[in-house]
Amino acid sequence: MAQAKAKDVLFEPIFNNNPIALQILGICSALAITTTMQTTLTMCLAVLFVMTLSNFSVSLIRNHIPSNIRIIVQMTIITSLVIIVDQTLQAFAYDISRQLSVFVGLIITNCIIMGRAEAFAMSNSPVMSAIDGIGNAIGYSIVLIFVGVCRELFGSGSLMGINILTPVTEGGWYQTNGLMLLPPSAFFLIGFFIWALRAWKPDQVEEEQYRIAPNSRTSEAF
Amino acid sequence: MANNRESIGNTLKVAFFLCLVCAVVVSTLAVGLRPAQHDNRMQFRQQNILQAAGLYEPGMDVRAAFESIERRFIDIRTGEYVEKPDDYDQQRAARDPAQSIPVTPDPAGIRRQAKVAEVFLAIGTDGAVERIILPVHGYGLWSTMYGFIALEADANTVAGIGFYEHGETPGLGGEIDNPRWQRNWIGKQVFDENGDVALEITKGSVPPDAPNRQHRVDGLAGATITANGLNHTVEFWFGERGFGPYLQRIRGQYNQGMDDGFALARSIEE
Repeated sequence: MAQAKAKDVLFEPIFNNNPIALQILGICSALAITTTMQTTLTMCLAVLFVMTLSNFSVSLIRNHIPSNIRIIVQMTIITSLVIIVDQTLQAFAYDISRQLSVFVGLIITNCIIMGRAEAFAMSNSPVMSAIDGIGNAIGYSIVLIFVGVCRELFGSGSLMGINILTPVTEGGWYQTNGLMLLPPSAFFLIGFFIWALRAWKPDQVEEEQYRIAPNSRTSEAF
Repeated sequence: MANNRESIGNTLKVAFFLCLVCAVVVSTLAVGLRPAQHDNRMQFRQQNILQAAGLYEPGMDVRAAFESIERRFIDIRTGEYVEKPDDYDQQRAARDPAQSIPVTPDPAGIRRQAKVAEVFLAIGTDGAVERIILPVHGYGLWSTMYGFIALEADANTVAGIGFYEHGETPGLGGEIDNPRWQRNWIGKQVFDENGDVALEITKGSVPPDAPNRQHRVDGLAGATITANGLNHTVEFWFGERGFGPYLQRIRGQYNQGMDDGFALARSIEE
């Protein structure tokens, strides 16, 4: 029973309840840092680390947190974890930290992390919450990696910095798509991702907010 | 229990202990990692110096390559070498009223400048100075651009340029990072016959038969204000209040050396 539930908690957020595709959260970082695979993967790992530990810590002290300061308590925990990631990157992966620059710090404002702390960790056991954090981070990562692969491959003709489609500027044949390097392209890609996902799982399609009522009045004019 | 949890006492207690734990974790980490971060920043700077001087190749050992670069300090007004401790930080000094002077008029938008500036000399295998690398900065469209300009031993010919920090528009002003554009600078002359700063970025590309083309660098499309900022930066830092006096001294020595060389050659012939 507990096993099955843990499995659900881990895998549900990947496609069935994906934080980006279904809940439409955390879009801003998905636009900003997906131009290359390297920054994308670093961001995914950073979010995985922060989300798992923040869910775990929030859940650990959930019975002591007064409800009127619970948001700021969650914020403090998340912020501390993000600073840890930022400082560690600056010390051990300086180039990547320069490329990600302010976006590491902006993990703090990633709605997914706070959303999971509030929605799940506040009412579940620490281990479950940690698993939920991992699951949601993987769901987030899948969308990011999809966007990152498309943007780097078609925008720069490479993957992980290795040339695959040699661009014209380096004597190859591939005319790079400049749009892919700009943030709006991620909007299109995420849009396509959501479209594909909802074509595969039609139950994710939201109900229309209004329906046009059938015409109830007969008219003899004209 | 629930009542107790919501009490003011418990609220304060939770807030206090949470802050304490987080503060201890964050500060321990920050202090523990500081040396590594400092090393990274230094290495990044050294890499940029090597890049500007055209001595950098991807994958090289920056620290080892930097062995051949000598860091010297000069008094900005006289251009004479002075001694400073190794940890002298020119950017910090520029903010310290005791170690800096206000800049008026201020074409490059830097407000204050340090009295003592650092220069980097790339020493060749024969012990002679091959490149003079000068740190420069100035305001572009959005941001102060920090970079290095490297000169050949004649203190006049540009050997390379590079920026390590700026916030110009990607794709437009941000193209100052483009190595292809930076190659335009190589071989240009900073000073004209009268010793005035003549180097400038023009609008559009420089026609091959243009007069003064040895002083003119191709413009960047869509980056007029960034280019203007760079022009002001060049004008300021190579001018009287920048590295002008220092470079003049070096040029004098260099020409002297050339003349001595000629004289020596002539005396041997005779």
